[in-house]
Amino acid sequence: MRIFDPHIHMTSRTTDDYQAMYAAGVRALVEPAFWLGQPRTSPASFFDYFDALLGWEPFRAAQYGIAHHCTIALNPKEANDPRCTPVIDALPRYLVKDNVVAVGEIGYDSMTPAEDTALAAQLQLAADHELPALVHTPHRDKLAGLRRTLDVVRESALPVDRVLIDHLNETTVKEAKDAGSWLGFSVYPDTKMDEDRMVEILRTYGPEKVLVNSAADWGRSDPLKTRLVADAMLAGGFTEDDVDRVLWRNPVAFYGLSGRLQLDVPAPESATHEGNSILRGGA
Amino acid sequence: MNQPTSLTAVRAHLDTALSGAARAWLDQALAEAAAATGHGDEKNPPVWELRFAEAGRRTGQEHADAARVVLLHAARADTGTLARLYAEGTAAERRAVLHALPHLVPGPEGLPLVEDALRTNDTRLVAAAVGPYAAEHLPAHAWRHSVLKCLFTGVPVDAVAELWRRAHGDTELARMLGDFAQERTAAGRPVPDDLQRVLALTAPAPPTVKES
Repeated sequence: MRIFDPHIHMTSRTTDDYQAMYAAGVRALVEPAFWLGQPRTSPASFFDYFDALLGWEPFRAAQYGIAHHCTIALNPKEANDPRCTPVIDALPRYLVKDNVVAVGEIGYDSMTPAEDTALAAQLQLAADHELPALVHTPHRDKLAGLRRTLDVVRESALPVDRVLIDHLNETTVKEAKDAGSWLGFSVYPDTKMDEDRMVEILRTYGPEKVLVNSAADWGRSDPLKTRLVADAMLAGGFTEDDVDRVLWRNPVAFYGLSGRLQLDVPAPESATHEGNSILRGGA
Repeated sequence: MNQPTSLTAVRAHLDTALSGAARAWLDQALAEAAAATGHGDEKNPPVWELRFAEAGRRTGQEHADAARVVLLHAARADTGTLARLYAEGTAAERRAVLHALPHLVPGPEGLPLVEDALRTNDTRLVAAAVGPYAAEHLPAHAWRHSVLKCLFTGVPVDAVAELWRRAHGDTELARMLGDFAQERTAAGRPVPDDLQRVLALTAPAPPTVKES
């Protein structure tokens, strides 16, 4: 079984997690830029974080045989802090990088005017850089947040079929599906979705454009939830092809819209240290 | 071995290895780099710098280092530009800047980039840092630590340029290697094969016997 976790914050996870994820079948992931629990107070602190998502973290992932890509953005929560908003001006130099496969996570947290501005500006940046966008839906007042999100997307230059709306649940899936976006579901130990409810949603709405993620981070979460959903799907009568579609082909298709996915990571132990051999005097 | 590969050879290799579309992209990017004047600014970087960033998805990961190095050369990137591209670069871009140093920076001005890479634990950066530029310019203490770092992190010492020339007769390096071997032995861990190889290289040459 091959698994692509389309939303996981590996910066907050240990090497044991990487090992367990590989053993469970995870071969690729996307790490969206988000907040870190502790608020940041300057753009420079974001740049170090973005650089880690484009440097150290892919190196860690590669050591465990996992392809690591990222999405870059100013997250909605910190978009409300004027000390952080200059980050948006620096995003263009990050959005051209090879490993950046979307703009994200953007969206709403408390639905403020500052969040309106940041969301619209970053949807435009996605359109300008020919990237799709990962848009999360707020934890509080979720349905109203989804509707406002869809309105802003419709007014933007980015077509809705290049948008992944994330953290969906039973109350928001239908409107997101009717709008024509990609549908993301985060499966958590306590909150958001669980495995069995996820299977029910797949029964009701089908696997088309559905992506399932662990959204694991520094809070109570589980990086193996993708595999548990796969197992629950098989136990619930879905075929292996359905599982492959939801947990591999759909995320590959969505992030593949960037034209930047590189999924051929060598298996652990065979990673080269040499880079391009021609530059070291070999052909 | 490990002399800087001539850029003519790198270019020739790319010409045969790249697909038609990738080769056309590189030709265009090289023309843009050669025509570039001035440095641009944060909002409007020269277009070749965008090409430098996107080389991986245009040429494929296995050719990206080489494509980026010939681009830097075509743009005649100076030390300031190289330092900025390194600072703002992904790990892959940083690696390409390190590979380009011996071709573009004749003096020791590029050493801060090598030292930065040697402080990381990313073995791909460490391997790129100990190339011909480090062999030429890295001071003795830092160079010895770079060799030790390769042994620690599992970077094959074949990556260290001019290892024989710099290790030859280096009694301080020999001491450091001996201490490291002892530490490993005390811990019941194997001593890396590469350590013995380098240790052998530190021996001074046997005195030349005069023919009678």
